Amino acid sequence: MLAESLFFSAVLFCIGVVGVLTRRNAIILFMCVELMLNAVNLTFVAFAQVYGVAGQVFVFFVMTVAAAEAAVGLAIIIALFRHRQTVNLQNINLLKG
Amino acid sequence: MNFNLAIPTQLTIALGPDLLLMFGAMVLLLFAAWRPESARHQRSVGVWSLVLTVLTLNATIWYLYRGNTAGPGPIAVDNFRWMADIIILLGAGCTIALSIDDNERKGIHAGESHVLVLLAASGMMLLVAARDMMIVFLGIEVMSISIYCLAGINRRSARGAEGALKYFLLGAFSTAFLLYGIALVYGATGATNLSVIGERIVSLHMLKSPILLIGMALMLVGFGFKVSTVPFHMWAPDVYDGSPSPITGFMAATVKAAAFVAFLRIWLEAFPAAAPSWHLAVAGLAAATMVIGNAIGLAQRNVKRMLAYSSIGHAGYLLVAIAASSELGASAMLFYLLAYSLATFAAFGIITVLEGETDKPLTLDDFAGLWTVRPWLAVGMTVAMLSLMGFPIFGGAGFMAKWYVLQAALQAPLPQVKLAVVLVLTTVISAGYYLYMVMVMFMRPRGEGIAAPRATPPLTRVVIVGAIALVIYLGVNPNWTTRAALAGTPVLSRAPLPVVAYPTGVPAGR
Repeated sequence: MLAESLFFSAVLFCIGVVGVLTRRNAIILFMCVELMLNAVNLTFVAFAQVYGVAGQVFVFFVMTVAAAEAAVGLAIIIALFRHRQTVNLQNINLLKG
Repeated sequence: MNFNLAIPTQLTIALGPDLLLMFGAMVLLLFAAWRPESARHQRSVGVWSLVLTVLTLNATIWYLYRGNTAGPGPIAVDNFRWMADIIILLGAGCTIALSIDDNERKGIHAGESHVLVLLAASGMMLLVAARDMMIVFLGIEVMSISIYCLAGINRRSARGAEGALKYFLLGAFSTAFLLYGIALVYGATGATNLSVIGERIVSLHMLKSPILLIGMALMLVGFGFKVSTVPFHMWAPDVYDGSPSPITGFMAATVKAAAFVAFLRIWLEAFPAAAPSWHLAVAGLAAATMVIGNAIGLAQRNVKRMLAYSSIGHAGYLLVAIAASSELGASAMLFYLLAYSLATFAAFGIITVLEGETDKPLTLDDFAGLWTVRPWLAVGMTVAMLSLMGFPIFGGAGFMAKWYVLQAALQAPLPQVKLAVVLVLTTVISAGYYLYMVMVMFMRPRGEGIAAPRATPPLTRVVIVGAIALVIYLGVNPNWTTRAALAGTPVLSRAPLPVVAYPTGVPAGR
């Protein structure tokens, strides 16, 4: 059971990484990051089956922090949308050089 | 006093300064929300935040002189932590003092911007205290989430919002890597406590375990993003360019300091036995960061982007101290972080003075002929630049800091001669932009359409003069900090030295 869970979470993590690297919509990027965090949660829960409760406690911390991060992240995306009327990163290019 | 961290009261006392800052910041958040936004209220929240920072600084110094120790537990109680706290609180104080004036000029009336600096600082204090992966994660996130908000605190600036978004997306991305690394290390060793991980790696013969190696590599990537080392540095110039200047100083100096201290503690406490596996990776990152950061810095006209690449270069120098993996490296790193923070805040203080009313980025042309209009600002900027470069005598603490890092690299259990050579050569490259800046200020005529800078506001002046004075003082008399920092690494010195774990046949090289 451990091997399957680890494999599944690794696949989920890789899907998240590929999504972040290839997609250009800020919201979808953010969803991919959340997918990566949940893959990590799955890993922690799987290892907690072997090592005891510490991994599960860690999952609660990760979920709490991810919620706080989502609140701040969506606020930042809205702030940018008010300026540029888009959340597509290809059109967001004031800063470069 | 030797704290037993299993007893809640003693744990609370051991977390004293951190808790003081956190509760104070909560109270100040209520105070900031108490009255409607106005310039006057913004200033009063800022002043009270400064008072709280000074109080916490005093508490930290008191803990430093008590010289407490602690048994095993989730947090470290040693002088290494208190010295790092002092660097963080100095940085937070400088940031708040600079942003009180900067907010007033830009018409940002949000008093909570100062509270966010305090919350970020409390996250950093947690991070440098951490001896458990959970605390590392919580500290990094409390710090990062506050900084994401601060990067976009100027709601009227499209550049600020864009910088904040980039910082947020890449920050969250790197956190996921760090976290997956932590999960795999937990899976390999069954522990989240740093010293327990270190023991189990040895006792379970984990050195060749693929899960541990992948976990360490992912953690290295995560920290590489946070401290902006070279393959993971792309966000730094954009974010530094978009954020308000005091906040940029905070990100360039203090955030980097906290992340580096945690980086060093994790690598020397949890993974010392695995040094043969990570040593080459860290050394490679250090060399690439030094070379590429300083080389791209040469091409910059925008001053904040130039300082961003300079800060990437400095991340490389600091990685050399980690690659040395010794107590000497740890104390050299602390001294370097102090000198670097002070010089950075002096430079960004001067940048906030020169920035005009508009959102336009500051270029080298704005500095041309500064000597003829504002000679003292030009002199201050010169000292800051020379200190960042590591110039002897006039550069003050910057020179001593580089000297200590070099010494640590050469006297490490496994001498880092190549890295030391790269460090010296890239310092020469960095002279290309630091000295060019000095040349522009003193030898170019003032441009036609460029207005004279405004008068320096009083708090900003205090920060600039204080930082420059400390840089020069530490350059003449560096001993007290190094002594405190050297005395401050009992935990690290108790950890098995990396050389023990090298396979026989590799020369230990003393």
